Amino acid sequence: MLQYTIRRLLLIVPTMFFVALITFTLAHMAPGSPFDKNENRPMSQETIDRINRTFGLDKPIPEQFVIFLGDAIRLDFGSSLTQRDRSVNEIIGQGLPVTAQLGVQALLLSLAISLPLGVVSALKQNSAIDYGSLFFATVGFTIPSFVIGIVSIFVFAVWLRWLPIIGWGDVRHMVLPTVILALGPAAVLTRITRASMLEAIRQDYVRTARSKGLREQVVVVTHVMKNAMIPVATIVGPVTAGLIAGSFIIERLFSIPGIGRLYITSIEGRDYPVIMATTLLYAFFIMVANITVDLVYGVLDPRIKLAK
Amino acid sequence: MATITTSPTQRRAIEMNILARKQRSLWGDALWRLRRNKAAMVGLAVIVVAALMAIFAPLIAPYDPTAQNTSINNMDPLFTGSKYTNAKFLLGSDELGRDILSRLIWSARISIVVGLVPTSLVFLIGASLGMLAAFYGGWIDNLIMRFTDIIYAFPDLLFLVIIMATLRNSPLGDLMGGLVLMFVALAIVNWVGLARLVRGQVLSLKEKEFVEAARAIGVPTKRIMVRHLFPNALAPVIVALAFSIPGAMLAEATLSFIGIGIKPPTATWGVMINEGFVVFSQSPWPTLLPAFCISIVMLSFTFVGDGLRDALDPRTQR
Repeated sequence: MLQYTIRRLLLIVPTMFFVALITFTLAHMAPGSPFDKNENRPMSQETIDRINRTFGLDKPIPEQFVIFLGDAIRLDFGSSLTQRDRSVNEIIGQGLPVTAQLGVQALLLSLAISLPLGVVSALKQNSAIDYGSLFFATVGFTIPSFVIGIVSIFVFAVWLRWLPIIGWGDVRHMVLPTVILALGPAAVLTRITRASMLEAIRQDYVRTARSKGLREQVVVVTHVMKNAMIPVATIVGPVTAGLIAGSFIIERLFSIPGIGRLYITSIEGRDYPVIMATTLLYAFFIMVANITVDLVYGVLDPRIKLAK
Repeated sequence: MATITTSPTQRRAIEMNILARKQRSLWGDALWRLRRNKAAMVGLAVIVVAALMAIFAPLIAPYDPTAQNTSINNMDPLFTGSKYTNAKFLLGSDELGRDILSRLIWSARISIVVGLVPTSLVFLIGASLGMLAAFYGGWIDNLIMRFTDIIYAFPDLLFLVIIMATLRNSPLGDLMGGLVLMFVALAIVNWVGLARLVRGQVLSLKEKEFVEAARAIGVPTKRIMVRHLFPNALAPVIVALAFSIPGAMLAEATLSFIGIGIKPPTATWGVMINEGFVVFSQSPWPTLLPAFCISIVMLSFTFVGDGLRDALDPRTQR
């Protein structure tokens, strides 16, 4: 177990290296530069050359990559190329709390919706509640989040005028983005919870528990749910990863000043340091989410042998 | 010579038995289960309609999807009954006075192509690399799997965003309004999942007796892979591909909605939503109609995918 944990943690390093390599190559291969964006006042070639020298952009790209790696190990990502008075860490430090808050809220909300819904619909299979939650699961899983986002902006912000359309700040701004971001994960989790509850209910040990006269509550909670939660726990990792990635569509849609919006604007602006930092941050979070879940899985279910 | 004599009753019993138990193959059985699944059949019908729309777009669409007529722009659909309608435009016109119905129809074409082409590429790359990894094991397996690990660590959408956003102004990104780059990007991102699936399948099948038997009688490796392993690994692969088609369509719509997918003026549902969203508070229809189309098509594919999974793997409990 310990060996497996260490191996998984060590694998983060080469993976991050390749993520950095791919992103760096793609970003620098792309036509355009960070300094050709202001079409009304194009910079003179001299100015561009000077800035390029200052930021080391005149060096060959492999050399730039090595320099980047050296700095990145010390978590120094330099300064932004489009907002040159600010360091990348400062920019990310501003966006990260927003994205993290949105993500955590959405994850909690999706768990709060999906777990009870999945459990109840499995216990009352083929009832109205069951069909209702299956419908919810299918729709939430299928309809793209930006479509749900647009429709709900239309209903709640334009038509009913209950909530503001865009921005970030007080609770009223957070309601729509959080709910919409939570829908997809909630749908997936509802499906999994229901399916694994149904499977657990049919197990022999559940029949044994019932036949020895345990109260129904005890059977459901300690025998069915305890086992049914294992597959659910494994899917939380990919769901969290999807949620992190999904957040930037929501951030774009609602103009929320988080990392996701930063990611897209930095790619469009060829702001190489910001691109690298945000991509690595995202990849790191997703890897950690997946590893955590695999380890939790091993703890939850001793039957699973992790080290292969 | 001894002949087997049977009494008339015996013969009838045999006949009846044959009649009562009509033999079905694995695939026939799956097809039978699929056809009894109403949701899947409805989904399939919608997909067929969308496909026909895509194929015959030039014949069905009343106007050129890119023809502008700014004097009659932002018309509402006729069914709204508002005063801003024009009999020329059944579903209204957009900001540039383009016919929304024609654009919706032409979008189906892009969506279907975006669904099918990358999925075929994913199948070719993923299935062959997955089989190679599983069958040969050793360093080939290690190499392929470590490579998939890296791509796996990249969140799909993030990878797509970075490929599309960086390369869309390159020569590759200009081919067919960005379609070719979209195919490449989707194939690069999605082959990994299929390669892992096929590898897992083949690894477990490899230990089965029928493979051992085939090897024992001297069947060449290539033939074992193609004739014995591949068909048996096919069922979950079909299900995965059935979900990969709407996945690709969704990715196209999402990227085009963010503004880094297919380039305007090409009509796709994602592009239409992106353009419509600008004038959303004045007239929501240019946004809502393509959103509706995407939703219906996505739902249909999910129904068919679920149906296929239930049909091909009867053990799964719904």
